[in-house]
Amino acid sequence: MALTYLEAIREAQHRALSTDPSVFIYGQDVAVFGGAFKATKNLSREYPGRVLDAPISEDAILGVAIGAALEGMRPIVEMQFADFSSLAFNQIVNQAATHFWRTGVPCPLVVRLPSGGTPGSGPFHSQMMESIYAHYPGLVVLTPATVGDAYSMLLEAIALDDPVIFCEHKFLYYHLKEEALPQESLPVGKARIARMGRHASVVTYSAMVHEALRAAADLALEGYEIEIIDLRSVKPIDSDTVLASVARTGRLLCVGESFPWGGVCAEVVARVVADGFNLLDAPPQRLNARDTPIPYHPNLWAAHRPTASAIAESLRRLLRF
Amino acid sequence: MPEVSVAAVAEAERLRGAYRWMLLARRLEEKISSLYHSGKIVGGVYLGRGQEAFSAALGVSLWRGRDIFAPLIRDMAGRLAFGEPLLDPARTYLGSVLGPMRGRDGNIHRGRPAEGMPAMISHLGSMVSVVCGMLMARRFKGDLEAVGAACVGDGATSTGAFHEAVNLAAVERLPLVIAVANNQFAYSTPTERQFACRDLTDRAAGYGIEGHAVDGTDLAECLMVFEHAVARARAGHGPQLVVGTLLRLTGHGAHDDAAYVPEALKRTPLGRDCLERAGQHLITRGLATPEELDRWDREVTEEVRQAVATAQQDPVPEAAGETWRALCSDLQP
Ligand SMILES: Cc1ncc(C[n+]2csc(CCOP(=O)(O)OP(=O)(O)O)c2C)c(N)n1
Repeated sequence: MALTYLEAIREAQHRALSTDPSVFIYGQDVAVFGGAFKATKNLSREYPGRVLDAPISEDAILGVAIGAALEGMRPIVEMQFADFSSLAFNQIVNQAATHFWRTGVPCPLVVRLPSGGTPGSGPFHSQMMESIYAHYPGLVVLTPATVGDAYSMLLEAIALDDPVIFCEHKFLYYHLKEEALPQESLPVGKARIARMGRHASVVTYSAMVHEALRAAADLALEGYEIEIIDLRSVKPIDSDTVLASVARTGRLLCVGESFPWGGVCAEVVARVVADGFNLLDAPPQRLNARDTPIPYHPNLWAAHRPTASAIAESLRRLLRF
Repeated sequence: MPEVSVAAVAEAERLRGAYRWMLLARRLEEKISSLYHSGKIVGGVYLGRGQEAFSAALGVSLWRGRDIFAPLIRDMAGRLAFGEPLLDPARTYLGSVLGPMRGRDGNIHRGRPAEGMPAMISHLGSMVSVVCGMLMARRFKGDLEAVGAACVGDGATSTGAFHEAVNLAAVERLPLVIAVANNQFAYSTPTERQFACRDLTDRAAGYGIEGHAVDGTDLAECLMVFEHAVARARAGHGPQLVVGTLLRLTGHGAHDDAAYVPEALKRTPLGRDCLERAGQHLITRGLATPEELDRWDREVTEEVRQAVATAQQDPVPEAAGETWRALCSDLQP
């Protein structure tokens, strides 16, 4: 029976609720309704009193999660959309992220962020927030690209003693299917080679892994073997796997769906330049969304975010250098 | 007594006018919903069915050009009544470059800020303080006439932004009308999971402002209450909290079947259709004939048809024509 990325997220929460009595889920419309995307479908029925509807009060929702975490619970917060986590920003970056460092008392919680663009979603239902949160010390930021990772990384996130920002991509929710859930998986902090190659490395994460794989398939027809690294976790970031790949290919393109100024791609490029300058045969490149808010109209949206063809184009330029 | 009849005529005209805006909003949203279901509109579609009386009554109580109106997702009727051109929603939903949002933003996220209609962002509660700022600017500029209205739902009253803005407005004694459409649900969440006070109007006392409760399904009552609240705000009595009690007669969005709304609740007085009630009211009081209502229905249906047909012929944005610049100055980011 095939499972979607979304179902994997539900299954992980199901399992966490069944194995750990300190887990509970808090968010808008998550109880009987099962969440705006149905990621918590039926869980409130199976675990009465542990899947609770919250008022539209993101700041307080995070405050509650933090307070409960300090008392030994393991809250999972669902933001209805990643974009609305801006209202909880203060609690996340100033309270949750600093807590262990300040007090020595851990603050284990998971904030699930339905992230990323889908056609017609516009500026306030499409954002990628991983770069923002990764900037703050004290947070773990995960960006699963596969059904298996959605499952195993969410379970690992719940078990971690640190606050975790779990960026799940809405575009993958229904599209992506796998036959079974993984029995074992890479640990958080390890990147994955999604496709082996030798002419250039694409370092990416989340939905862009799939765009990059399509671009690599196109370039294979032109005789180029492109290696694709799926970071999986953007903080911690697996520099070793990235550098080892660049050592094989000599060329780097980093692709992210978030805005271009700073961020995960800038971080990857900075690390490769600093620690692997001698490995490079060409200036490392990055490809991000455009430096404007995310447009509503699908024609504009498709040109705002990196696509397989834009990635292929960037790769051709990189390979020509 | 001539004065009484002048007032009566004015009241009749307000009722008839507001009813027509409600009808126009209803027919337009039915059209938009069907375009959505046939795949011609992408993204979210949020409808105001059941809330037209509350929304239109506020819209007609304000003056475009003088006042400020910050609608939310269920205020098609109020927007049109305030003076939003019918082409604006049609063009915004269909992504036309000729609409006020030029395809960059869509659906309800539209406005004409230079004309007193700020363009809402999705983040609930965020618009209330923006209206406060617009009112403070008017005051700085010596304009003591303007009233600003901000619309929210019951769910948005749980946001920190809402609380901060209402408190600030009270401190500044701003001429702000806060219209809360309590439609019993925030998406699937019923009000008892949203707040524990008996009645949202009770909060007015806590903020130190005036509060008014109204049956949101009754157009005549909504008109009376909003007219009064706007007049109080304009006369310098500070913010006015108006809470309309009603039921959302549609899903949260066009994608939602609202199966979580109990059938029994729909059969209570809350579930009455404000449009039907308003039509009956006009007829019973002899303010309109059934034939007149039918004629208006045909007229607004034709207006909607034309607006949508126009918007459908409009050019849509093309990536090649985009500047991809978010800064207004010519700085290079
Ligand atoms: C700050 C914030 N959190 C979550 C959402 C997602 N959201 C959109 S509409 C909605 C429910 C709104 O309910 P209410 O304020 O009662 O208005 P109604 O939809 O009933 O008119 C939610 C939770 C949002 N837009 N903003």
